[in-house]
Amino acid sequence: MEKKKIKMPYGITGDKISEVEREVPMNEPEGWPVNAELKHVGKRVKRLDAQAKVTGAAQYTSDIQLPGLLVGKMLLAAHPSAEIRAIDTSKAESLRGVYGIHMMQNEEGEEYPKVRYAGQPIVAVAATSEAIAEEAVAMIKVDYNTMPFVVDVEKAMDPEAPIVYEAPVEQTASEGGEEIESGLQLKGNVRGPNVGKPRGELEPGFASADVVLENTYRTQVQTHNALESHGMIVDWKPDGVTIYASTQGTQGVRNEFADLFELPRSKVRVVVEFMGGGFGAKHGLGTHGVAAGHLAKKTGRPVKMMATRKEEQISQGNRPNSIQYLKVGVKKNGELTAIEQKSHGTAGVGLGAGVGGVAQTMYTCPNFRTEQYDVFTHAGPGAAWRAPGAVQGIFGLEQILDELAEKIGMDPLALRDKVDPSKVRKVGRKVGAERFAWSRRKPAGSGTGVVKKGIGVAQSSWWRIHSTNATAEVKIFKDGAIEVRSGVQDIGTGTKTILAQVVAEELGITPEEIMVRIGDTLFPDAPGSGGSQVTASITPAARNAAYQVKRKLFDMVADQLEIDASELKAENGQVISTKDASKKMTFREALASMPVSQVSATESRTKEYAGEYLHWDLGSVQFVELNVDTETGMIKIDKVTAAHSCGRPINITQLESQINGGIIQGISYALYEDRILDRNTGHMVNHTLDTYKVPYAMDIPEIDIALMEDYNAKSSTDAYGIGEPSNIATAAAIANAVYNAIGVRIREIPITPAKVLAALGKA
Amino acid sequence: MENNEKLTKKGTSRRGFLKGAGLTTAGTIVLQTGVLGKDGKKTEESKTVGPDPVTIEMKVNGKVRSLAVEPRSTLAEALRDKLQLTGTKVVCDRGSCSACTVWIDKSPVNACMTFAMDVGDREVTTVEGLAVDGQLHPIQEAFIDHDAMQCGYCTPGMIMSTAHLLEENPNPTLEDVKHATRGNYCRCGTYPHVFQATLAAAKKIK
Repeated sequence: MEKKKIKMPYGITGDKISEVEREVPMNEPEGWPVNAELKHVGKRVKRLDAQAKVTGAAQYTSDIQLPGLLVGKMLLAAHPSAEIRAIDTSKAESLRGVYGIHMMQNEEGEEYPKVRYAGQPIVAVAATSEAIAEEAVAMIKVDYNTMPFVVDVEKAMDPEAPIVYEAPVEQTASEGGEEIESGLQLKGNVRGPNVGKPRGELEPGFASADVVLENTYRTQVQTHNALESHGMIVDWKPDGVTIYASTQGTQGVRNEFADLFELPRSKVRVVVEFMGGGFGAKHGLGTHGVAAGHLAKKTGRPVKMMATRKEEQISQGNRPNSIQYLKVGVKKNGELTAIEQKSHGTAGVGLGAGVGGVAQTMYTCPNFRTEQYDVFTHAGPGAAWRAPGAVQGIFGLEQILDELAEKIGMDPLALRDKVDPSKVRKVGRKVGAERFAWSRRKPAGSGTGVVKKGIGVAQSSWWRIHSTNATAEVKIFKDGAIEVRSGVQDIGTGTKTILAQVVAEELGITPEEIMVRIGDTLFPDAPGSGGSQVTASITPAARNAAYQVKRKLFDMVADQLEIDASELKAENGQVISTKDASKKMTFREALASMPVSQVSATESRTKEYAGEYLHWDLGSVQFVELNVDTETGMIKIDKVTAAHSCGRPINITQLESQINGGIIQGISYALYEDRILDRNTGHMVNHTLDTYKVPYAMDIPEIDIALMEDYNAKSSTDAYGIGEPSNIATAAAIANAVYNAIGVRIREIPITPAKVLAALGKA
Repeated sequence: MENNEKLTKKGTSRRGFLKGAGLTTAGTIVLQTGVLGKDGKKTEESKTVGPDPVTIEMKVNGKVRSLAVEPRSTLAEALRDKLQLTGTKVVCDRGSCSACTVWIDKSPVNACMTFAMDVGDREVTTVEGLAVDGQLHPIQEAFIDHDAMQCGYCTPGMIMSTAHLLEENPNPTLEDVKHATRGNYCRCGTYPHVFQATLAAAKKIK
């Protein structure tokens, strides 16, 4: 393939930025300079659909009404483990207003689903109203043969525990970034181990250490709890199916639906203009999408199935818990000599309960072993949850690092300087420490008085994930309209706006002039919002499509200006010669002069440009300041300072919104949230929003964000996501700060007042 | 006196009523058309309606609308399903997230905890009714300027809570803003920008 050489910025703001040459395909645009030299990219552009959101005009899946719409409701399993002998739906069927009933199926050929957790969807009913559907569900009689069950992860590991699955099971990972290894062995309820990529030898590693520490860290099950619940409307017409879905992956839903119902993908259209939060749990068709599909097919009417809040909490996904054993050796000079990790976690009846790759990849250490096990329990399935695995893994790793630093008498930041190869985290530590005033840190537990202040730090790492199956179309119209089209969805991160910014930058116009149409599989395919891949995948595609459509436009107008198309550029709303500034016309005049009414170009994400990365991962450093009341055990977070990298930042305000959110979810994880299953009944006891604790306005600290521009010259936008990275370090930083405050380490979250008092010997 | 009458018209709270009935599919409701006299006798007859829909009139966003609601319908259901005012969101359906916040006679209430029939002759304002003649409310402008939203599902409730704060208190402190939004649940964690936007809107109104 013919290639050309372009120059691109390479380096980190706050450190140094140089220029690097990349060999790229001929149809790639020229390299952009750093953000300071750009007009719309890297700026605080207002969210394009903000007005729709503040006026209530934004229509979410849950808001959509269709003519003849039926509403579906689920019957939920009353027991955590059972075989169903019989289900009598006769009364429900004869209720006025009931149009269809669908029996949920786990495995091919079964008459009734095997019940593996309390609240498992069993039967779906479609009726003319929600109330009638609820009434019908209440009329269904289920004859259960109840069986022993286990909901506690440690009890489930006992070889004598009730078994969840008789035979080994496999599960495909979603686009959410969770790791699921195939082909692992199942012993009782314990599946694994996933051993990652071991290196070196542990024993000589530990033998060469001056200090070896081993500890166990525990994290809880956390539900996603998005405001809009899971759900879909399936409108099955003879010529094709339209699905309105609260989803974070349009093409994933389409493909799954087409496969399930044996339809060509061209006959399935998935639409999501606005969606009310996903955080990893809304990939794929889900129980409600499957049921709505069957019911729409049976009844010939559109069917809407939205999960109730209770279902949302029980059956629609959660972050698996973890019990992590870590043993780490360190020399007096801070060099790590060996890391041994062993983890168990439960994703209920699902998989994906590992603790990720952070212990394996983040720090320089020659000897490493991990064994990560999934433990099946009679509980609702886990799902990807914003940085799956890494959030749990960092909670252990970043604490033991602090514990080692204290043992060898090093400052936590100094130890990280020693063992962390990431250039961007190095800048982050420096910038963050200055803004946060890290130097005021006092020895652990040295404060006097009832309320003790503590400060702590933790770091994180996330992969640079992108998909080359990401396509965007840019259309220019004779009347001046400019449109971007892609199947990609905006789950609240601001994807629409960043597409407009990138295209505006390339065409020399403003983002507000651009109509962005996304969230519809009629448009070209793009990846799901998972693993922080969307920005990295779709912005280069959109920029390249804009570049191509611009070249087509230049070819059309060059003759009128009596110059060669190659000397034209587009900037400030003009098409202008680079050699003779008098040769120009406005962008609108150029469009008006097109011989056809519209011109379009469609481009896909090219693979990462060849050449070195500055550092392989996306890094962050978060600092936390908090107060611990030693009489009540209450923790109050005062301030979080967060230094983050996501390649080239596209929209500063939207990135800050996401980072705020990641941190607040991290605070929630560290201090409040905990899914509680009753060990005697297997039912979730805190599925309502008033009993499942999350932070509200009064609990929100000051958040100070240092966004680092981190140029690696890897694509035409060089941009990456921030969704996952912003959520990883917070809980560990809080745990480290709590230790700094009270001088006692709490290795289990949520760090509730009861745990604080117990740690202080006051319980 | 006027206040007392209003209080009486508010009638039974949804939670209290459903507790009494013991069922969420309560069919009928006793419609109190009058108030009790001093001697404890009813001044007017009460009548029983439901379970079939009853046509009521409701003043919403400045216009009187006629709608047929089942007596068990909440205000949130009536707004969303009968008037297509879907800006009012239902999340927890039990008064613990404030996504369904609307104003009744300028006071914020949870529309999921209010019976549609209990609104009576009081005026309902929803997020759709906040802009006047296409001119956004300053708080809406400020939410746009400060990106006080991500997925946007909590935004209507946040807007109604903070707009009400500014009506009551034109000079709010950060603590006041936190207090006014203390019941509004946002899973995206957009609170810091909501606080900024509200303080900025207050400044702008001055």
